[in-house]
Amino acid sequence: MYGRNWSFRITWFRILLIILVLGAAAACLYRFIFGLGAVTNLSDQWPWGLWIGFDLLCGIALAGGGFSTALVVHVLHRDKYLPIARAALLTSLLGYIISLVSLFLDIGRWFNFWRPFFYWGFHSVLFEVFWCISLYTTIQVLEFGDIFFEKVKFPALKKILGYMMTPLLILGIVLPSLHQSSLGSLYIVAIDKLYPLWWSMLIPFFFVWSAFFLGPAMVTVEGTLASRAYGRQPELPVFQSMTKLTMWMMIIYFIVKMIDLNYRGVFGMAFNGSYESNMFLIEMIVFVLLPIFMYAIPSIRTKLWGVVTASLLVVVGVVFNRMNVVFTGMAKSVGGSYFPSIWEFLITIGMWSALALAYLFIVENFSILPKEEHTHSTHTSYGPSFHA
Amino acid sequence: MSKGVLVDVTRCIDCKSCMVACKVWNDLPSRKTEFSNDLDAGQLNSDTYTVVNNCISENGGEVVWRFVKRQCMHCKEPACESACFTHSFVKTKEGAVIYKPTVVDQDYCVGCRYCMIACPFGVPTFQWEKAFPYVEKCTFCYERTQQGLKTACTQACPTGALKFGDREELLAEAWQRINNNPNYVKHVYGEKEYGGTSWLYISDVPFAQLGFKTEVFNRPVTEKSIPSLTWDVLKWTPYIFVGWGALLTAMRAYTKRRAEVHNEEEMYGPVDPKE
Repeated sequence: MYGRNWSFRITWFRILLIILVLGAAAACLYRFIFGLGAVTNLSDQWPWGLWIGFDLLCGIALAGGGFSTALVVHVLHRDKYLPIARAALLTSLLGYIISLVSLFLDIGRWFNFWRPFFYWGFHSVLFEVFWCISLYTTIQVLEFGDIFFEKVKFPALKKILGYMMTPLLILGIVLPSLHQSSLGSLYIVAIDKLYPLWWSMLIPFFFVWSAFFLGPAMVTVEGTLASRAYGRQPELPVFQSMTKLTMWMMIIYFIVKMIDLNYRGVFGMAFNGSYESNMFLIEMIVFVLLPIFMYAIPSIRTKLWGVVTASLLVVVGVVFNRMNVVFTGMAKSVGGSYFPSIWEFLITIGMWSALALAYLFIVENFSILPKEEHTHSTHTSYGPSFHA
Repeated sequence: MSKGVLVDVTRCIDCKSCMVACKVWNDLPSRKTEFSNDLDAGQLNSDTYTVVNNCISENGGEVVWRFVKRQCMHCKEPACESACFTHSFVKTKEGAVIYKPTVVDQDYCVGCRYCMIACPFGVPTFQWEKAFPYVEKCTFCYERTQQGLKTACTQACPTGALKFGDREELLAEAWQRINNNPNYVKHVYGEKEYGGTSWLYISDVPFAQLGFKTEVFNRPVTEKSIPSLTWDVLKWTPYIFVGWGALLTAMRAYTKRRAEVHNEEEMYGPVDPKE
């Protein structure tokens, strides 16, 4: 057994990631000194681009695994999902940190970032988003503190955290439910800008619902990646039993979407052959209906490749949906054109590389993933006792 | 009394005096004149609060030129104000929608640009090239109107295409002009669009042909104010917060873990990086 101090093995892949992070950090510095115009392709027509569209909206949605798993494990007490609970919390926390970093990068007057804490524009959806995201990130840090203090011994603090855990867990589900939906509500104002296939008074529901059913899919994809990276056995039984929840939630999502389109009388727009309608059809058929069928068919769902492929479709599908809302659906009405600059891409890649590095470091140093059965006997030597 | 401006498109001769007056009054940097066949003033930007656009359109088989001044419409219930989470926009009682950081020097703006997403007319612009940029848009000459003066552009207009006054009186006058002259389109743009705006337009050419947003995705533009739409959703927040929280707490208590079957500290462990 290796020593229980901090360890981080350096491989060529990790060196590459570090270089990407350093490159992005330099680009960020440049952006803070010379402004947004110097590094981005944003314009008066396209005030929100890659960082908001992808890093923030998708980052937060992808972090949905945290609150859906917390609900299933800690509120409904379905213990069979316990093995993935901590990994879901960790990815969620990292996803939120990415989103906060990208938000900070994207705001023009960043030294004023704290103002909304004091000037309450509560009639703004962004106000709710801002408060919920800041509070929820704080809560996740505290939740993670419970894990952190298992390794870094600090019994007094761990005890205090233990007392706080129940309210934190409840808040840690309520807050993300609210702001996942309010990320959708942000686009209510775009009533005459966002293409009617996506604009709806129900967009808050679609956003929170999809973030929720994305959770198990994200946990499956991420758990499979982790098992690959570390030569572990993927938690196939856990992944499989989650498919039922995802499948039913997606069926409801699809039905509500159809009813909503009909109610607003825009159902026909899905078939008018325009760019928007084609993108919408791809979103619905490839990323909603196809995974529903894959989850429904036992011979696919019980195989690792099947459950992972279907989950990957769900994950990509939610990203695809958010991109459609931010870019595809807005293109016609706002005019002009936007494609991210090389610097925007560089910074985005750097942020996600940092996320990967943080994930690797944390799972190798903290108790995140379940111990594997065959290593159980060797774990007697595990004890952070000789660590301050 | 809320002020407004009536723009009679038929009277505009594209002299661009309003643009010059705006630049001068607001002390905005101007572009060096270049000779060009293109008379169109282009789009609003952070140095230009108003532009006059050229529109060639057909009216009863006859090709006509029309010139349309554009600027912030100063909505009765502005989307930008409702979108801003630091109260950086405010609708004043005089009718102006002002951006506080540059107009009254109250610098809370975070630079999130949600106002730009929210504005249905695409008005607010951003100082992209600046390190600490502001949002910029027409101020309705707030300092002038507070002292009972007209806006700089209406003051400068030589043809009466722009008329400053009380919004309600201007609206009545607009309908009077429309009803007295069959050439006018029977519509006052700004009367109802997005809940109504302080700037009102009348024209003898259909508004759609002048580049006005009259129809979007094959349906007429919304007459409800955008803030009211947002509020329809946002007002549920406290109930969801309390209700969902209570439901979760109840469920957690009800399904209380049957004994602590798992000792979490025993269950998880760090991963060995050597595979």
